[in-house]
Amino acid sequence: MALPNKPPGELKAVRDPEFEEREVDILIIGGGMAACGAAFEVKKWMSDDQTVLLVDKAALERSGAVAQGLSAINTYIGENSPDDYVRMVRNDLMGIVREDLIFDLGCHVDDSVHLFEEWGLPIWKTSEEGKNLDGKKGQKMGTLKEGSKPVRTGKWQIMINGESYKRIVAEAAKLAIGEDNVLERVFIVELLLDANKENQVAGAVGFSVRENKVFLIKCKTALIACGGAVNIYQPRSVGEGKGRAWYPVWNSGSSYYLGMKIGAELSMMENRFTPSRFKDGYGPVGAWFLLFKAKTLNGLGENYGAGEAAKAELERYAPYGTAAVTPTCLRNHLMLFEMKEGRGPIMMDTVSALAELGKTMDKKELKHLESEAWEDFLDMTCGQANLWCATNTLPEERNSEVMPTEPYLLGSHSGCCGFWVSGPDYDWIPDAYKLKADNGKVYNRMTTVNGLFTAGDGVGCSGHKFSSGSHSEGRIAVKEMVRYARDHADYAPQASMSKDEIIDLVYKPVRTYLDHCAYTTADDINPNYIKPNGMMYRMMKATHEYGGGTATYYQTSSKNLEIVMEMLQLMREDNEKLAAGDLHELMRAWEIQHRIWTVESHLRHIQFRKETRYPGFYYQADYPGQDDKNWFCFVNSQYDPNEQKWDIFKKDYIKIFPDA
Amino acid sequence: MPSFVITEKCDGCKGGDKTACMYICPNDLMVLEPNEMKAYNQEPDQCWECFSCVKICPTQAIEVRGYSDFVPLGSSIMPMLGTEDVMWTCKFRNGTIKRFKFPIRTTPEGGANAYLDLKGKNLESGLLSTEEADGYELPKPKATV
Repeated sequence: MALPNKPPGELKAVRDPEFEEREVDILIIGGGMAACGAAFEVKKWMSDDQTVLLVDKAALERSGAVAQGLSAINTYIGENSPDDYVRMVRNDLMGIVREDLIFDLGCHVDDSVHLFEEWGLPIWKTSEEGKNLDGKKGQKMGTLKEGSKPVRTGKWQIMINGESYKRIVAEAAKLAIGEDNVLERVFIVELLLDANKENQVAGAVGFSVRENKVFLIKCKTALIACGGAVNIYQPRSVGEGKGRAWYPVWNSGSSYYLGMKIGAELSMMENRFTPSRFKDGYGPVGAWFLLFKAKTLNGLGENYGAGEAAKAELERYAPYGTAAVTPTCLRNHLMLFEMKEGRGPIMMDTVSALAELGKTMDKKELKHLESEAWEDFLDMTCGQANLWCATNTLPEERNSEVMPTEPYLLGSHSGCCGFWVSGPDYDWIPDAYKLKADNGKVYNRMTTVNGLFTAGDGVGCSGHKFSSGSHSEGRIAVKEMVRYARDHADYAPQASMSKDEIIDLVYKPVRTYLDHCAYTTADDINPNYIKPNGMMYRMMKATHEYGGGTATYYQTSSKNLEIVMEMLQLMREDNEKLAAGDLHELMRAWEIQHRIWTVESHLRHIQFRKETRYPGFYYQADYPGQDDKNWFCFVNSQYDPNEQKWDIFKKDYIKIFPDA
Repeated sequence: MPSFVITEKCDGCKGGDKTACMYICPNDLMVLEPNEMKAYNQEPDQCWECFSCVKICPTQAIEVRGYSDFVPLGSSIMPMLGTEDVMWTCKFRNGTIKRFKFPIRTTPEGGANAYLDLKGKNLESGLLSTEEADGYELPKPKATV
């Protein structure tokens, strides 16, 4: 029997990898919806002498948050106005948002949805009799662009048959940008500033997870579109089930890490999302609430959300709590209140909802209704369907439990952390929202680092973009990047690190491993290094216990935050001793670094904001309740890459759109 | 719910130009053991159960077994991905079987219009390329504070 002192994977890492240097004008980092939007749009604006490259750590066909599919598009403006869209997002995110960015997105998102339908995404339609028609039956009603009616579940959501959503969007993206301009299975781990020009992005470094090769890709302008951050807190399932994260488990906070490390200003990193989902399987609840009109019950069988106590609690958070649609965090807040009072578990009353709908349906329609309920899971959270099968659950016969998940960081769903970016250069937008580049010009979606843009989960203060909005935001950003590259045609990027320095940095975990692995008989246990898996558990335990994880019903306090910040500091020091024996493990080693920096930024912001802005998402026990007088503002932070120091400060919120 | 590979059925995609599951896995979990020419899931607790490997496998060698920390044994769900539909077979622990067919796309694969010939005109405007081509007019706020 061989001793286990060898790396577990198949693609062994070597001490001295190959090195490849490339230079392009426009670099797109990521492969999800935002990156695919950018890939579709970029060549429409590029001149013949400009160049572009998209780098994805996975395969474009199934990368990002939509890899598995989706059963709805959550942002389609249609018959509504972008003005109302701004008001909806503002209310859901407790008042403090960038209204310029949200309105701008609302003006463009439908164009992306129309493209999806043209490319072949089946969008449900409403027949003249008010029935739901999916697939090709829906197609016969005409396209959305031609004015046919989608199946609205809420004011902004439309139903789709979305198993192949990402494949369709990726297909168009790859065709548009050209296969030769896509580099898959390359993980970008750091951005580089220019050696001569201050505060200007000059390129990115990364490595292949398929061969021992390090990349330097120099560019005039880069787009960060690497999604949000998942598994930065201990998830509710800690065995195999920790892969069953609500958001994609491969989202490692790279968006935030890459930008923050070269000094891009972050905003609202204290905001998080702890979605309430079907317990353990994390199946979506949106269709159950909106399409099937189901209610949630507490352990006593009461519809607690409709009770007097809930109403009184929501009034404490007026005007948000008393709005027509209760903000997501407050819905969680009510649920947590029941659970803490001993009135759990919370159940989705699928039985009554389906029985009610069934009253007006014939047998065939009932069959279709059942199929719709299953499709909702099978299109986007297959595992929840299997959990129903394994527990012999028929939704018409047995209710299912709902539970708020571990915290996630993102900027595209019902959350709004990310970078502080420029809005568009329109006359109605306040100057404070227009960031000036080195040439005095304004570039929409550019961060505070010249030439560095972001989209989707990367853009702060403007949630509720979802898949469609992320796609259109990638398109918005990349058009501005082409403009930036044109305006900086003479700029020749000079990387601030040499080839050897780059290899030393990227392959450090490999060399640490090779230097020490022979010392012990078991590869995972060695006093000279720590494996990424061990570091992951260490981070999760710390944030879970001290940083407002599920361990404490999302509550933290000033003292707890002080403790977790010390722990994170030690983790960052120990990151220097991360070890990776194969290429897959090298990816994990870099991902855990990205996660640790990201969650530290999150906690730093929570520490700074002396109020509880988002009850239900987190509670700062020393500062319960909202304090509008002192904290009705953005919180921004910046890491200074030269001084290696953090700065954190308030930024004025400016109301643009009046209340309805 | 990690994916697993059935030894008998996996041929390592010998005849293909790439190992399909390894190509597609968004989390880089599926790897090929080159001596045996069989694929396996190298990190089951990082599996998102997205079924991408199950759907792409040319020999139907990959299935999924429920996460050991909360899924009772005995059930299975299996997709069969076609060009227009996906067929699901859902087997319950108690033996009940349900089958569902859902549409996946309305156009032939590879047929997405990437607007290869479209060139935007005004790089200074706020319009996206297809919006500009359609003559779309950018909305302005109806009222501001």
